[in-house]
Amino acid sequence: MSRVGYEPSYQEKTVTYRRVGEGELFTDPDVDRAREYFRSKSRAMVPKVMTVKEAVSRFIADGDYIAVGGFGGTRIPTAVLHEIVRQGRKNLGLSGHTATHDCQILAAGGCFDRCDVAYVVGLEARGLSRVARRRFEKGGVKVTEWSNAALAWRYKAAAMGVSFLPVRTMLGTGTGAASAGVLMECPFTGKVFLAVPALYPDVAIIHVHRADVYGNSQIDGILIADWDLARAARRLIITTERIIPHEDIRDEPGRTVIPYFLVDAVCEVPYGSYPANMPYEYYSDERHLREWLEAEEDEERFRAFLDRYIYGVTDFMEYLERCGGIERLRQLRAEEFCLRDERRDS
Amino acid sequence: MASRAAATPAKEPAGPEPVPYNRMELMICVASRYLENGATVVVGTGAPCAAAMLAQRTVAPDLMIMFEAGGIGPILPTMPISVGDSRTYHRGLVASSMAEIMEHCQRGLIDYTFLGGAQIDMYGNINSTMIGTDLQHPTVRFPGSGGANDLASLCWRTMMITVQDPRRFTSRLDFITSPGYLTGPGAREAAGLPPGTGPYKVITDLCVIGFDDDTKRMKVNSLHPGVDRRTVEERTGFELLWEADTPVTDPPTPEELRVLRAEVDPYRYIIGRG
Repeated sequence: MSRVGYEPSYQEKTVTYRRVGEGELFTDPDVDRAREYFRSKSRAMVPKVMTVKEAVSRFIADGDYIAVGGFGGTRIPTAVLHEIVRQGRKNLGLSGHTATHDCQILAAGGCFDRCDVAYVVGLEARGLSRVARRRFEKGGVKVTEWSNAALAWRYKAAAMGVSFLPVRTMLGTGTGAASAGVLMECPFTGKVFLAVPALYPDVAIIHVHRADVYGNSQIDGILIADWDLARAARRLIITTERIIPHEDIRDEPGRTVIPYFLVDAVCEVPYGSYPANMPYEYYSDERHLREWLEAEEDEERFRAFLDRYIYGVTDFMEYLERCGGIERLRQLRAEEFCLRDERRDS
Repeated sequence: MASRAAATPAKEPAGPEPVPYNRMELMICVASRYLENGATVVVGTGAPCAAAMLAQRTVAPDLMIMFEAGGIGPILPTMPISVGDSRTYHRGLVASSMAEIMEHCQRGLIDYTFLGGAQIDMYGNINSTMIGTDLQHPTVRFPGSGGANDLASLCWRTMMITVQDPRRFTSRLDFITSPGYLTGPGAREAAGLPPGTGPYKVITDLCVIGFDDDTKRMKVNSLHPGVDRRTVEERTGFELLWEADTPVTDPPTPEELRVLRAEVDPYRYIIGRG
């Protein structure tokens, strides 16, 4: 009996699955193990404000699988990435969802040894990072290939609490063959889909515009994949441009992108996405990013560069000072609002 | 840097005095004409974005431009550096997400996309992942798919803008990152990709290439002014099909060049690479 005008010919069908991807699955997609973890996660609405240093030492351990919010050169949690390098974290797994400057920083520290790749080693129009490239060519980084949508949907599956999503991308290509996706037949239509497994990172790190002390967070502009990433991660570190009163969250609950009960740490880091773009706050510092790429051309020079900007500073504020401090940030703020075009004279 | 095309401006019997142009300007102007008014397009930064911005100011004022990280319908103040930077939704309609853009593509709402890549074969398959034979130990590692595989899989028509040389236009890819017509007619559908999708045009510095209906192989539609068939063949690593009496591409008009130089890329970030 057809109820919706669709011939229910599927009733007799058996669904078949075929492993297509040769790639290694670096994370556990099991929904019930994830549920057990989330069951044990504290729901207490208590202040979680701490320093970046403390957040990294408490919530990121060697061997963890991490995922970075934002889009490589936009709204990235730079302070936490530097601190991971400074504290010498090793053998991390990395989600390479448009990992550009974030990948470059972690590659400089030699922090990861496996990566779900959608986009790595490049900095879009800015060029390719030699150091990151070398890690993938000779540095013993294990890779499994995906696409940006596949990783975004893998976060989404985890955020939904289901262990996979059927998608129509990566089919027929080397990317699909080097993924850990599985071909499946739709039980309703018989069409072919690629099942991509839920990605539950051990830790996600997301930079936001505003958060209260409990972790309720607001983001302006595009969310990229952060709505789902915040929900997929077992632990979540928030860095925020500013901490706002809890009452401000309650004034406009429709603006809350991340609720407090997902959050483990809140770190107030003004200009915390520098040298990446922070929408409506400051534009990317193309001069500094170019300096970074150029320093990578020579090993000794790059070692000195890292000493100057990461190993030799105590915290992110000192890094900002070394990059030109408030005056430079003022210029980048003007550029974000198109008040002048920095790129013309740099 | 003067290109072959720039060195030999087209002979125009009448009309405005031809303006010299470089090969990047040529590719952007020609590409812009394939975007029709009212269509939707997901673009990357660089030449594709320039082509879309030019189209919006010439042939397609109601072109809806989107970026894969979530920007929809911006009024672009300058060329974005990243497909995720704040320019990509400057005075836009929606600041959405990666999943939303890709789901519009998957649902069949996106007409065009523009891609680049390190290698391309006769079926329009693209490699942007690696050179070498072992993915775990590549000779050269490139960024990977990014959103390219998704866009090439899910948008109705895929276009590419690329310089033509035999290392890029190769008979055998080291890795298929993003799907063209895969191994030929019917292969996309057999793999499960949405029917009716696939490569549409490849705009190079020498010619405009389409795809033959029967074989799904690259077929030269038109030669750019001053370019001959032999040059194209020398700079292609596989056998091309040819349109009978291959016509000459209309060169960039003075108006296209004026808009491109004055409004789209005044600081020559892209066209300066020509």
